[in-house]
Amino acid sequence: MDLELQKRAPLLEALQEFRRMRVVPFDVPGHKRGKGNPELLSFLGRQCLEIDVNSMKPLDNLCHPTSVIKEAEAIAADAFGTASCYFMVGGTTSSVQSMILTVCKEGDKIIMPRNVHRSAINALILCGAEPIYINPQTDERLGISLGMETADVVKAIQNNPDAAAVLVNNPTYYGVVSDLKRIIDAAHLQNMKVLVDEAHGTHFYFGEDMPVSAMSLGADMASVSMHKSGGSLTQSSILLCGENINTDYVRQIINLTQTTSASYLLLSSLDIARRNLALHGRETFKHVNELAEYARSEINCIGDYYAYSRELTLRSAVYDFDTTKLSVNTYEIGLAGIEVYDILRDEFDIQVEFGDLSNILAYISLGDREQDIERLVAALAEIRRKYKKSRANLQRYEYINPIVALTPKQAFYSVKKSIPLENCAGEICAEFVMCYPPGIPILAPGERITGDIIDYIKYAKEKGCLMTGPEDMEINNINVCGGDK
Amino acid sequence: MMELWFSEKHTENVKLSIKVKRHLANKTSDFQQIDVFESEEFGRFLTLDGLMMMTEKDEFIYHEMMVHVPMAVNPGIENVLVIGAGDGGISRELIKYDGIKKIDVIEIDKAVVDICVKYLPHTACGFDDDRVNIYYQDGLKFIREPKNEYDLIIVDSTDPFGPGEGLFTMEFYGNCYKALTDDGILINQHESPFYREDSLAVTKIHKRIVHSFDIARVYQAHIPTYPSGHWLFGFASKTCHPIRNLRATEWKQLGILTKYYNTNLHKGAFYLPNYVEELLRNVE
Repeated sequence: MDLELQKRAPLLEALQEFRRMRVVPFDVPGHKRGKGNPELLSFLGRQCLEIDVNSMKPLDNLCHPTSVIKEAEAIAADAFGTASCYFMVGGTTSSVQSMILTVCKEGDKIIMPRNVHRSAINALILCGAEPIYINPQTDERLGISLGMETADVVKAIQNNPDAAAVLVNNPTYYGVVSDLKRIIDAAHLQNMKVLVDEAHGTHFYFGEDMPVSAMSLGADMASVSMHKSGGSLTQSSILLCGENINTDYVRQIINLTQTTSASYLLLSSLDIARRNLALHGRETFKHVNELAEYARSEINCIGDYYAYSRELTLRSAVYDFDTTKLSVNTYEIGLAGIEVYDILRDEFDIQVEFGDLSNILAYISLGDREQDIERLVAALAEIRRKYKKSRANLQRYEYINPIVALTPKQAFYSVKKSIPLENCAGEICAEFVMCYPPGIPILAPGERITGDIIDYIKYAKEKGCLMTGPEDMEINNINVCGGDK
Repeated sequence: MMELWFSEKHTENVKLSIKVKRHLANKTSDFQQIDVFESEEFGRFLTLDGLMMMTEKDEFIYHEMMVHVPMAVNPGIENVLVIGAGDGGISRELIKYDGIKKIDVIEIDKAVVDICVKYLPHTACGFDDDRVNIYYQDGLKFIREPKNEYDLIIVDSTDPFGPGEGLFTMEFYGNCYKALTDDGILINQHESPFYREDSLAVTKIHKRIVHSFDIARVYQAHIPTYPSGHWLFGFASKTCHPIRNLRATEWKQLGILTKYYNTNLHKGAFYLPNYVEELLRNVE
């Protein structure tokens, strides 16, 4: 990383210069620096609306970058230690989809753990590739899925030598890291590309004492959610590309689905966040890690809660663990994670990232302060004092091995019929069913529905998980393949 | 002629200004900006982040009302926890009681105590007693540990934003409940009902205390330098009622000297204006 170069922020500088030029706008957006929408102006402020502008010569164009965006991307690539990168404005969803669409065509196989984000399987609906799922190992006590056993990946590579790519989470939402180095070596030996979803791993590129970043291990592409641990605005993301990727083709792929009116608020936030990470990332994430460690040790002193950490690496499916992630198991309190999540928000005005059936995840980041951590810890202590009960009625997450009957694309575009959830056993699902967050599908299009899955969906609904995916927003009916017409 | 004035905005459209003779202290600590001024009208006064905390002229009202109200309900109080109170005024009132055995004072910002000891000796004299132990830490963190330990907790916090934020939360009041003995009393500064922004804080605080405590009543006093001058305090307990359990004769026998508080005023302070009653009723 070139530190002198990292002090620059070409997009920010161009926007500041643009402000000084006081250009008269006869182009879009029609609010014309907010003058046409005074309510919005007073809500968001002049600072914001003055730079909500369209692509133009001094500000470059995200679809075809040649000047300041190109420069900003090159500096970001230097910061992440990769050959090239693209700024993305459709969230890391669009980064993950662009990775898959770049390397997979209709009929190609792609090896991935089943606990991928929905965006990965969405991409398969778009391009018609076939998923080869690896069972992410499950920790029964915690009720979370872990990483992939390297042996399982190697076996899948051997059994599917024609696969185009392997996709890996680095880390999972909970912070679990697989042995990426050995997976990359095995995949490259078979000429498969390695795509890495690093939505939860931006800080790996800048912090110390952390799991290793994908690109430094030789991955071909990686998607980093700058807006998660990196500090940029929601919806901004970066797609990293290695040397063996044709970046001009990647640009074409991105432009298939990306807006032609990219927001300069998002783009400048990427530029500024990158500079901050490059110059101060090491101290910042040291502090984040200390906060997370402190919170973990205090929470573990309350009793019954279990905030886990590196000890998970005793499991072979956990190669490493991201200690900035603060996941807390709530099983011994007798409450589902989602119930603790709801109580924290409704009674304590504390919003955590998500609650699943047995855990909550509190996102600790560069914006946190000691006193906020105290609030979380105190609230958890209070919840235990007031609500602790028998855990007799709690179910734990179980991994249900998916039976892939059709590719996601075949299933999604097949003739469908809508039938009540309880009558779905044996049918092939034609849509997604998931709890959001974390957005990891319980059912993906093309998978055979079983009695266990139906029970699991009903239980998650009953506990108050926000279920998304199906056409029927109440999730009483599911679209399955094979209709009358 | 040059004039130096301290001004504090009480709302976007209202401010209180006090003519300043001298700016005695100015320090930016890890938590806030601390200033002490000297004025003709109010004597010396302390501000945190530009907000009035206390003046030498009217602090007795606030400190007496925080301390003597609970002490007259239960003169047998022995163990007291004071959260906030870096100026020492609460301790000064507490040490008037021989029956009190222990006063733990929790203050997040040592710089406040240091400055008050140096520039506000009339209030900070509260720290000069063997029964007073000062702990410099986050009140919310401290309160997680003790169980069934204190007969009285006094929350002398700043406003519900800034470093004092955690002392206005559901988790804080819940932890106070746990730290109190069965007949324990929680007293908190409860903001002002008059201006809209402040009154929103009043209802928020009351709602949370009602959630944790069986008895949660509010009382009032006039404090000229606080926004609107009309200030509220909270009295919460598991079992003690602030008027029905008032032990006036017993308290009078202690012979405590006060400038504002008396046991008749004690009762009167709990009778609130209709609009305040309504504010509170809406969240009960």
